[in-house]
Amino acid sequence: MRHIISILIENEAGALSRVAGLFSARGYNIESLTVAPTEDSSLSRMTLVTRGNDDIIEQITKQLNKLVDVVKLIDLAESAHIERELMMVKVKTSEATRAEIKRIADIFRGRIIDVTPTTFVIEMTGTSDKLDAFVKSIDETTIIEVVRSGATGICRGEKGLHL
Amino acid sequence: MELNGAQILVQSLKDEGVEYIFGYPGGAVLHIYDAIFQQDDVKHILVRHEQGATHAADAYARATGKTGVVLVTSGPGATNAVTGIATAYMDSIPMVVISGQVPSPVIGSDAFQEVDMVGISRPCVKHNFLVKDVTKLAETIKKAFYVASTGRPGPVVVDVPKDITDPNIKVPYKYPRKVIMRSYNPAVEGHKGQIKKAVELLLSAQRPMIYSGGGVILGEASRELIELTRTLGYPITNTLMGLGAYPATDKQFIGMLGMHGTYEANMGMHESDVILAVGARFDDRVTGKLAEFCPYAKIIHIDVDPASISKTVKVDIPIVGQVKPVLTQMIEQVKESKKQPSKKALAAWWEQIDKWRSVQCLEYDRESSLIKPQYVIEQLYEVTKGDAYITSDVGQHQMYAAQYYHFDKPRRWINSGGLGTMGFGLPAAIGVKLAFPEADVACVTGEASIQMCIQELSTALQYKTPVKIINLNNRYMGMVRQWQEFSYQSRYSHSYMDTLPDFVKLAEAYGHVGMLVENKADLRSALEEAFAMKDRTVFLDIITDRTENVYPMIESGKGHHDMKLRVAPGTPTDRELA
Ligand SMILES: Cc1cc2nc3c(=O)[nH]c(=O)nc-3n(C[C@H](O)[C@H](O)[C@H](O)COP(=O)(O)OP(=O)(O)OC[C@H]3O[C@@H](n4cnc5c(N)ncnc54)[C@H](O)[C@@H]3O)c2cc1C
Ligand SMILES: Cc1ncc(C[n+]2csc(CCOP(=O)(O)OP(=O)(O)O)c2C)c(N)n1
Ligand SMILES: [Mg+2]
Repeated sequence: MRHIISILIENEAGALSRVAGLFSARGYNIESLTVAPTEDSSLSRMTLVTRGNDDIIEQITKQLNKLVDVVKLIDLAESAHIERELMMVKVKTSEATRAEIKRIADIFRGRIIDVTPTTFVIEMTGTSDKLDAFVKSIDETTIIEVVRSGATGICRGEKGLHL
Repeated sequence: MELNGAQILVQSLKDEGVEYIFGYPGGAVLHIYDAIFQQDDVKHILVRHEQGATHAADAYARATGKTGVVLVTSGPGATNAVTGIATAYMDSIPMVVISGQVPSPVIGSDAFQEVDMVGISRPCVKHNFLVKDVTKLAETIKKAFYVASTGRPGPVVVDVPKDITDPNIKVPYKYPRKVIMRSYNPAVEGHKGQIKKAVELLLSAQRPMIYSGGGVILGEASRELIELTRTLGYPITNTLMGLGAYPATDKQFIGMLGMHGTYEANMGMHESDVILAVGARFDDRVTGKLAEFCPYAKIIHIDVDPASISKTVKVDIPIVGQVKPVLTQMIEQVKESKKQPSKKALAAWWEQIDKWRSVQCLEYDRESSLIKPQYVIEQLYEVTKGDAYITSDVGQHQMYAAQYYHFDKPRRWINSGGLGTMGFGLPAAIGVKLAFPEADVACVTGEASIQMCIQELSTALQYKTPVKIINLNNRYMGMVRQWQEFSYQSRYSHSYMDTLPDFVKLAEAYGHVGMLVENKADLRSALEEAFAMKDRTVFLDIITDRTENVYPMIESGKGHHDMKLRVAPGTPTDRELA
């Protein structure tokens, strides 16, 4: 099953490599990983998407917790949560295709944020599934590049990951 | 007080109560060595190879319970230390390794003797630090000792760039008495509800088994383990790392379990209905084939590291906490409980265990005219009255030492279990002897292993650490040869050496006493003579039966109930047939 693990980690050099190294050393897979500082500059927040059965996820969370720099973590899949990913897609356009691409982007609530005579850059946020669906719905041969941030997420309601 | 970085480092070690640093100098740590030179409180032991420093410090920690300390230079000094760091990591040994690093401004430029020690060591340390600011040095050292020695212990590397120890930059010094790390809070007490459930299950057992490991030694809980075991009257088995935590000469002790464990311990595990695992981590050398592991048992597991719990074997009642307080609570509850173990069930269980015991799985050919390795260990046990510190290398000799030297006290058996590092034994013996100068210290080794850190014979002379080296010389990498005999139709591919050194001359060349023992009749007197030479390091080169194998054995892929015995139960021995 897919799990989104959200981690508060000391904002120290090497923190990222500790997490990435743990996953490669123990053969766990990482689907995506995002990191950025939080409102407290001494802490970073990492969001990691992984897959595995319950036993593997249990080991992953235990091993992550065991890293000395990890302050706290939460498996978002365990409770109601919101997931978002940012994507930018650059597509080739022509007179004939522009309107259609714009129409599809609108359906997915995407925004066109850069326009040249031959290209569009479309910005879109949503769950990873929604972004996948958008990419599938446009003509593959028109895609120049796809850039995705990887998923991040947050718990619904008052529950949260903080000190 | 204003000190420079080098002085801060040395003073911090002193304030931490460090007695010995095991190390080797080089460019990146010259400032530190200069500070060491100018004081006498912290004693530096100069080894002959950085691997030796790590094993000596590690064994010092295993024998004393204190944290071992290592100092190496950058680049090759640091990489030479890696094997020893990994060895300590696998066996959860508290150790602080200070490695020199190139000056901060040139880090990342492939400077002379630069390696990314933080990166290289990351997968085999509990934690590591790169010091970036001399004003944080003392605090970092404190954190390193705190992390290394608490929770599940382990090695911590502190990488110190040369500019941090610059003699010209002085800053105020104060060694913190305590550090708090918001990201690191190891468990201590176990969960009360879980402990209660565990005690109830334990008291309702029909065929109980206590399986204890290195965590009992690391957690100084031998006394509590003994009390609980005796109060319950249950059989107990120890892992290789747990030997000595429960007295091996006690009647409730049924030997080591696992690959080369006893028949009774492994059969007992297999048939048991309730297992209490204490500070043991269900290693694959212990469990054998997982699918066949303890099919009838409910398992209670006490461990300070949540990640050890249900990692390979799913357990029924996990208890996260230090063994000592958890066992103390269990003892209280067992004593107070109205429910007591069923006398009838327990008597039947012991009867069954005694039947397995009567197989005498550790018997060997005592009449052989050759020197059997088992015989050497038995003689060593008698000559040292079972009270020596025994360090070991890795191979058959290690297993013989574990099986035939009956450890009655914790911290007496010093070996590399998790990584299985050949070369560990000799530097380890030096580390132990420094900690306990009055005690008998013997290194049980093989002719292959001893050559991996043989250079430390020179260290032993310099620091007058008179250890006894018991070289079980079978002219083979016996453990490798045994596997090749069993699994590769005796194709002994590169498991022997044609050109062994003359170990007696070698010992003499290093300034020690060398003794060759070729006849069984000479063994006892040679051992007595060696141990009588209190102030000399003695190398006993003992020519043993080269075809001997370690039994019993669970071959890989088999379960506990499927042991290979020297003699199948009920079959007459060769001698009886002849
Ligand atoms: C050639 C060879 C053959 C071997 N054959 C065998 C064999 O036949 N049988 C055998 O048993 N081993 C054997 N080993 C050793 C094996 O590889 C493992 O090292 C060993 O079994 C692990 O022992 P352990 O389970 O006691 O764990 P350890 O490695 O000692 O780990 C200790 C456990 O206790 C926990 N712990 C630590 N401190 C505390 C505390 N204060 N409170 C609570 N928990 C704590 C830790 O988290 C950890 O889970 C062999 C090794 C070699 C090299
Ligand atoms: C550094 C290292 N290299 C290789 C091995 C694999 N290995 C395990 S036991 C062994 C042979 C040990 O031979 P010896 O020291 O003579 O001991 P014996 O088994 O003969 O008693 C080897 C090569 C190891 N454990 N450590
Ligand atoms: Mg050998």
